[in-house]
Amino acid sequence: MCGIVGLFLKDPSLEPSLGEMLAGMLEVMSDRGPDSAGFAVYGEGAPGRTKITLRGKNLASVAPALGADVQATIRDTHLVLSVPTPDAGAVRAWLARERPDLTVTGSGERVEIYKDVGLPAKVAERFGLAGMAGTHGVGHTRMATESAVTADGAHPFSTGADQCLVHNGSLSNHRSVRRVLEPEGMTFTSDNDSEVAAAYLTVKMRQGASLAEALEAGLKDLDGFYTFVVGTKEGFAVLRDPVSCKPAVMAETDRYVAFGSEYRALAGLPGIESARVFEPEPARIYAWEHA
Amino acid sequence: MPVIDLAQTRVRELNAQLHALSRDTNETLWRVENPNGQHALAVGLDAPITVEIAGHAGYYCASMNKDAHVVVEGNAGVGVAENMMSGRVHVKGDASQSAGATAHGGLLVIDGSASARCGISMKGVDIVVKGSIGPMSAFMAQSGTLVVLGDAGDALGDSIYEARLYVMGSVKSLGADCVEKPMRDEHRAELRRLLDAAGLDGSVSVESFKRYGSARTLYSFHVDNAASY
Repeated sequence: MCGIVGLFLKDPSLEPSLGEMLAGMLEVMSDRGPDSAGFAVYGEGAPGRTKITLRGKNLASVAPALGADVQATIRDTHLVLSVPTPDAGAVRAWLARERPDLTVTGSGERVEIYKDVGLPAKVAERFGLAGMAGTHGVGHTRMATESAVTADGAHPFSTGADQCLVHNGSLSNHRSVRRVLEPEGMTFTSDNDSEVAAAYLTVKMRQGASLAEALEAGLKDLDGFYTFVVGTKEGFAVLRDPVSCKPAVMAETDRYVAFGSEYRALAGLPGIESARVFEPEPARIYAWEHA
Repeated sequence: MPVIDLAQTRVRELNAQLHALSRDTNETLWRVENPNGQHALAVGLDAPITVEIAGHAGYYCASMNKDAHVVVEGNAGVGVAENMMSGRVHVKGDASQSAGATAHGGLLVIDGSASARCGISMKGVDIVVKGSIGPMSAFMAQSGTLVVLGDAGDALGDSIYEARLYVMGSVKSLGADCVEKPMRDEHRAELRRLLDAAGLDGSVSVESFKRYGSARTLYSFHVDNAASY
C-alpha cells in the first residue's frame, strides 16, 4: 500500500497555494504510507536555466565550488542548483566526480523533487512544501514492499528532464524490464520497481513517443499492479493497470484537477463540494496539460 | 434526531453509539455530517434505524449491515455494503470498486455508476445500479441479483454460480461460463419487484433488459475445461 496525490492547477490565481494544497493532500495519505514521502513541484523556471535537485550533506559548499553563475537554495537535506542550461551537463559531471556522496533527485527547467524517510507530514514540513508555489505537483507516501525503506527508495522517481513518476502498486517484471533499459543507457539509483517504470517511460519518450504513447506501450510491457501519476513540464497523466488493482479518485473543477489514492486526500480542497468526482477507468490514459 | 459531526467526533465514537442501540430504540433517524471520505462509516449496524451520511463516504461504508437503512448522499468508496446481511443501503452518487462484495442479503441501490468488481462473490444480496458497472463485476457471484440500467464492463459474471444478472445497456464482454439466458415470466416478475424496490416503479420497462447467468460448465472439473480454471 502507498498513497499518491497529484494536483494540476487550471486557475493561475491558485498557484501561490499549490504547495499548501499538496501538503494537505499528502498528510491525509500518511495512513497509506508512513515510512517515507516525497513530492515534485513544478515551480517557476527561468528560460535558459536548469534546476538540479540534490540530496545529501554538506550542501553549503557546492555552489561556491561551482563558480559564479550558479544559484543555490538549501531546504533541509536538499539543495536546488540553478545553472545555465548549456552548463548543466558539465555541472552533473562535476558533481559525479567531486561530490559522489550527493544524489540527484531530479532536474529540469521547472521541477524540484524532495524525498526522505519519515512521516509524510514531517517530511513536507522539513522541506517547507506548504510555502511552495507552482502550476502542478505530485506526491507520494510510501509503504515499502519491493525494496528497502531509504530516501533513495522514496518517490517521486525522475529519470528524464522535468519528468517524474509516483507509483502505488508493485511491478513483477521490473528486473527484466531493467535489463532491457540498461543497454539504452539508463542508470538507476535504487533497486526500486517504480524507478524502472519511470525509466521505461523516459526511454520511450526519448525514442519519440508522446507521454500518452509511452504509457500505452507500458500497458503491454509493465506487468504488475500499478496506479501511476506521471508529471511532465507542462502537465500530468494518470494510468491504472487493466485490473485496476490500486485505488484512484479524481476531482475536477474549473480551477484544478486533483488526484488521490482515496477521496479523503481531496476532501480539503477548495470547492470540492461541487467538483466532478470520478474514478479513472482501468487501462485508460488520462492527461492534462497547460497549453 | 441525533446529529454526529465527524469534524468533531471520531468514527469509532459514531460506530460505538450506533452499535449501542437496542433493536427497539426510538432513536431511529441519525445524521452524520462532514464524512469527508472517512472509512468504515456506519459499519456492522444491527438495529432497524436510518443513518444519513451527508457527503462522500470512504471504504466499507455500511459493511456487514443488518436491518439498518444507510443513505450516502454522495459517493461511496471501495466495498460499500460489503458483506451486508439485510437492510438497505442507498448511494446517491457513484460507488467505487467491489460494491456489495460478498453480501448475503438486503438491497443495495446505487443512483450513479459503480466501478470494477461490483457484486463480486455476492451471496444473496440484491443490487440495483442506475448507471453503469465496471469490469469484472459479479465475479464468482453465487446468488442474488444484480440489475444494471446502464452498461457493463469487461468480463461480466466471470465464473458465476447462481446469481442472476439483468443489464439494460451493452455488455462489453462476458466472463468465463457467463451466458445470456432467456427472460421468463418469473424473471420479469423478479426484475419488476427489484426495480420497484429501487424506486423506479413504472419508469423502466422490464422488457428492455437482458438476463445473464451461469452456463454451469465450470461447476465440476472436466479435463476439457482445464484452461478455464
